[in-house]
Amino acid sequence: MELTRDEESALKGEQGETMQMAYRILVATGEATDAEKLIPIEWAHLSGVNYNTIGDAGEELLSSVSKDARVIVKTTLNPMGFDIDNVSNYKLDENFISKQLSIKNSYETMGVIPSFSCIPYEIFDIPKNGTQVAFAESNAAIHANSYDNLKTNKESAFSALASAIVGKSPYSSLRKEDTPNITIRMKVKNPNELTYGMLGFYAGKLGDTSVNISGLGEMDQRQSKAMCGGMGTSGTCAKFIFGEGDSNIEKIDFDEKEMQNVHDELNTAEKGDLITLGSPQLGLDEISDLTAKLKGRSFQKRCMVFLPRTVKEQAQKIGYITELERAGCEILADCCTCLTPLISKDDVDAVTTNSIKGAFYLKNSNGVDVNLKSLKQIVEDETR
Amino acid sequence: MNKILVSGKVEGIVLKSNDPINFLGTVDKKTGIISDKKHPLFEKAIKDTILVFPSGVGSSVGAYTIYSIKSNNAAPLAMICKKADLTVATGCALANIPLITISDEEFLSIKNGIKMSLDTDSSTLSVHQ
Repeated sequence: MELTRDEESALKGEQGETMQMAYRILVATGEATDAEKLIPIEWAHLSGVNYNTIGDAGEELLSSVSKDARVIVKTTLNPMGFDIDNVSNYKLDENFISKQLSIKNSYETMGVIPSFSCIPYEIFDIPKNGTQVAFAESNAAIHANSYDNLKTNKESAFSALASAIVGKSPYSSLRKEDTPNITIRMKVKNPNELTYGMLGFYAGKLGDTSVNISGLGEMDQRQSKAMCGGMGTSGTCAKFIFGEGDSNIEKIDFDEKEMQNVHDELNTAEKGDLITLGSPQLGLDEISDLTAKLKGRSFQKRCMVFLPRTVKEQAQKIGYITELERAGCEILADCCTCLTPLISKDDVDAVTTNSIKGAFYLKNSNGVDVNLKSLKQIVEDETR
Repeated sequence: MNKILVSGKVEGIVLKSNDPINFLGTVDKKTGIISDKKHPLFEKAIKDTILVFPSGVGSSVGAYTIYSIKSNNAAPLAMICKKADLTVATGCALANIPLITISDEEFLSIKNGIKMSLDTDSSTLSVHQ
C-alpha cells in the first residue's frame, strides 16, 4: 500500500498515539483487502455501540480512545441497547445501563452525532452521487451502495472509527469497482417485505461483494430496507446492482422453492409470545403506515416498535405515537431488535417478526424461536 | 513474508496451530490461555509467543478480545497467518501486535517450539539455530 509522507509520519506515531492507532487499523485493513492507497471519505457511520455486543473490552477501549480521539468528518452512530426513557420497564441490570451510558458518553466525547440509528440513509441528507463514505452497519452500507449512489465497503466497527478519526478509508473492493459474481432473478409473485428480506438473505449467501438482481418491479421503502437487512445478515456482499448483468455471468432463480428453504431456516415457531417491528428501525413513512393499519384495532400481545429518536420525536408531534401506544405498542427509540438485550429466552419462547435480520439474531444471539409473518399478516392475526 | 499488516520487531518461541482461531470465545482474555476444549492448543498460553495459525475466524467482535488480551499483558509478541482476515488484522492493529502473512510453504516449514525472529522493517523472518 502506498502512503503519503504525512500518512507515514502518522503511522510512525509522530502525530500522537491515537492517530497512530487509527492509521494502523486503516493500513492493516487496507493490506488485508489489497488496497493501493487511502482516499478521503465524507461520512462515517459506526457500529460497535451496543454493550450487548461489544462488552467490557469494547467499553474499555472506547473509554480510553475517547480521551484524545476526535472525529473529523460527519460521523453517525448505530443503535445501543435500550431507550433510556423506558429502560426501567425492562429487566436490565445496573451494570448494563452504566456500561452502555459510558459507551454513549465516549462516542459523544469524540464528537460523534448520537443518532443511535441503523437507518442513517433515511434520517440524514444523502451527499452527492459517488461520494465515498465508511458505513459499518451492514444494511446501511448495502442501502448506501445500492440505492443512494454512495460508495462504501462493508466496514468493521474499527475501520469505520479509524476512518472517522483520519477522514480516509482504504481504496479497495467496492470503492474501486463492482464486479458482480452472480445474477439473481426474482421469480416469486406478489412479494411482500418478508419475501424481499428472504431474497436479500438468499442473495447474501451467493454474492461475493456485489450481485445483479432482476425482476424486482416497484418496491416501497419497507421492502428495500428488508432486502438490505436480509443481505447484510447472511454474508459479506454489500451491493445490489439492478438488472440482468452480462450474458456470460452465472444466473440463478429465486423461486418459491428457494424462498421456502430460507423460510424453513429462519422460521422455527408457529406463533410468538410477543411481536417486534424494526430491524432495520422504522422510518416515519413506516410509522405513518403502521398507525393507519392499526386504526381502531389493538394488539392482543406485546408489540415492540423500534425507531430512531428523531423519528419518534417527529411521530410524537404528528400524533402517531399516542395512537400506536393506544393500540398497545411499546415504542423504543435508540435501540433495535437486532442484538437487543431486552428480549430474554428466560421470559420469551418465541417472537413474531417481519424482519429477516431480526429473525436471524433473535434465533442465533437471543436464543429464542422465531415466527415470521408480514406486517399485513401480523396486523390481521394479532390485533382486534 | 507476503504482507505486513502491522509492523514491528520481535524475537520469541513459536506456538503453532494448524486450526484457525476464533478469538471470541476460544481465548481467555485475562490469561491468554486457550479455553476451548476442542482446539488443538487447549490449555496452552499464547502470552509472549509468536503465534502461528492459518487465520482468524468468527465475529469481528473478536478484535476487541485481542485488544483486551494485550491490555491484560497476556498477548502474543506477534502473529503470523496464511490469510489476513479482518478480525485479526484490526485486533492486532488496535493492540499494536505485529502481524504478517506468509506463504503455504513458509507456514509448513515453521515448527512448533522453535525460536524465531521477525523484523518487518527489513522484511526478515528467520529461525534461530
